[in-house]
Amino acid sequence: MNIKVLGSGCMNCKTLYRRTEEALNELHLEATITKVEAYQDIAAYGIMKTPGLVIDEKVVVAGFVPPVEKLKEILLAHRSPQ
Amino acid sequence: MKLVEKYPLGSVVVLLPLWIALYSVLQELADALVLSTGLPQGERLTEAVRFFVYEVPKVLLLLTLVVFVVGIVRSYFSPERTRAMLGGKSLFVGNVLASLLGIVTPFCSCSAVPLFIGFVETGIPLGVTFSFLIAAPMINEIAVVLLLGLFGWQTALLYVGTGLIIAIAAGFVIGKLKVERFVEDWVYQIHSNNAGMQEAVPAFRDRIQSGYSAVSDIVGKVWPYLLVGIGVGAAIHGYVPENFMAGLMGKSAWWSVPVAVLIGVPLYSNAAGIIPIVQALLAKGASLGTALAFMMSVIGLSLPETIILRKVLKLRLIFIFVGVVAVGIILVGYLFNLIY
Repeated sequence: MNIKVLGSGCMNCKTLYRRTEEALNELHLEATITKVEAYQDIAAYGIMKTPGLVIDEKVVVAGFVPPVEKLKEILLAHRSPQ
Repeated sequence: MKLVEKYPLGSVVVLLPLWIALYSVLQELADALVLSTGLPQGERLTEAVRFFVYEVPKVLLLLTLVVFVVGIVRSYFSPERTRAMLGGKSLFVGNVLASLLGIVTPFCSCSAVPLFIGFVETGIPLGVTFSFLIAAPMINEIAVVLLLGLFGWQTALLYVGTGLIIAIAAGFVIGKLKVERFVEDWVYQIHSNNAGMQEAVPAFRDRIQSGYSAVSDIVGKVWPYLLVGIGVGAAIHGYVPENFMAGLMGKSAWWSVPVAVLIGVPLYSNAAGIIPIVQALLAKGASLGTALAFMMSVIGLSLPETIILRKVLKLRLIFIFVGVVAVGIILVGYLFNLIY
């Protein structure tokens, strides 16, 4: 699974990154998380609110920081087939 | 909080009457509290304490209710929908609509850049985009609540009305100035291949839920500013002599409006910190136009936001943007000093 956290480094983006790590840990899922901080790259995903969460190039969260429990649901729903 | 999450509708039915009951006995509660401290009546310190003890819970209560309602209203709007509504509108109509939508669309200055790109990319004129970017931070629920609580509804309405006029006019002027070439070139090269996110329409209980999360987000962030702001305001109320501000920020001092804006633009505070102080200054003889201009320049034009916008705007356009808005605020300041 390839996960990207979109955001220019604001508070919310850091929180989303931390919670995503936490959710992955609790689910024992393997994934690479990268931060996308350049505005050019963020804009290419077509979101107008940060932070954003992208799983395998698909935008799944934009504009808010879901709680860890909600993130777990999202991660499970978009888990790439093993 | 867990219960609220489980029964969003039911919790409103319980919490709303509680809110009303608390709000209606606030004055007596505050008076009783001040009396119980044994502070001598009529002293400066007592007056400052009384102001603080009454205004802090009052504004917090108002803020909670309004932020909750606004949180629900905002769940019906998103930048994507706003962008779709603005598409293909003529210049002036676009400016009016963008300013109005700026009030209700969820916006945080950290998202100013992606929003700007998203608007420009779909061909929304720059002037219309600027109307949105001016109205969104300037007319926010925190400012409205504080004006409502500390000044009354007339001033709150005045602030919203003049804020709208500034956003419409400034966006219109910027649109007429043909500043497209002062946007960073890379912005025009972006073509997002992704349609962003298709959001499911939330159920009403989810909307109430977003009202609650708005309260915990915004009230949770703003209360320290509020305490400091009302604290300073209380000190001014108690200790600064009457009419002290008349010479500095009064009508007779013609230079006070531009100076207030010059000080206000680089000063960064949110509405919660600045409005209680302005209210106290007003009570000490500052004139309404000057006070209004000061508030608008602090809240509407902020250094951090212009630094963020510098990523997409060349320096010239930053200066044009700040200049046009500042001139608008100064005109409003003079206008109100003239009328009142």
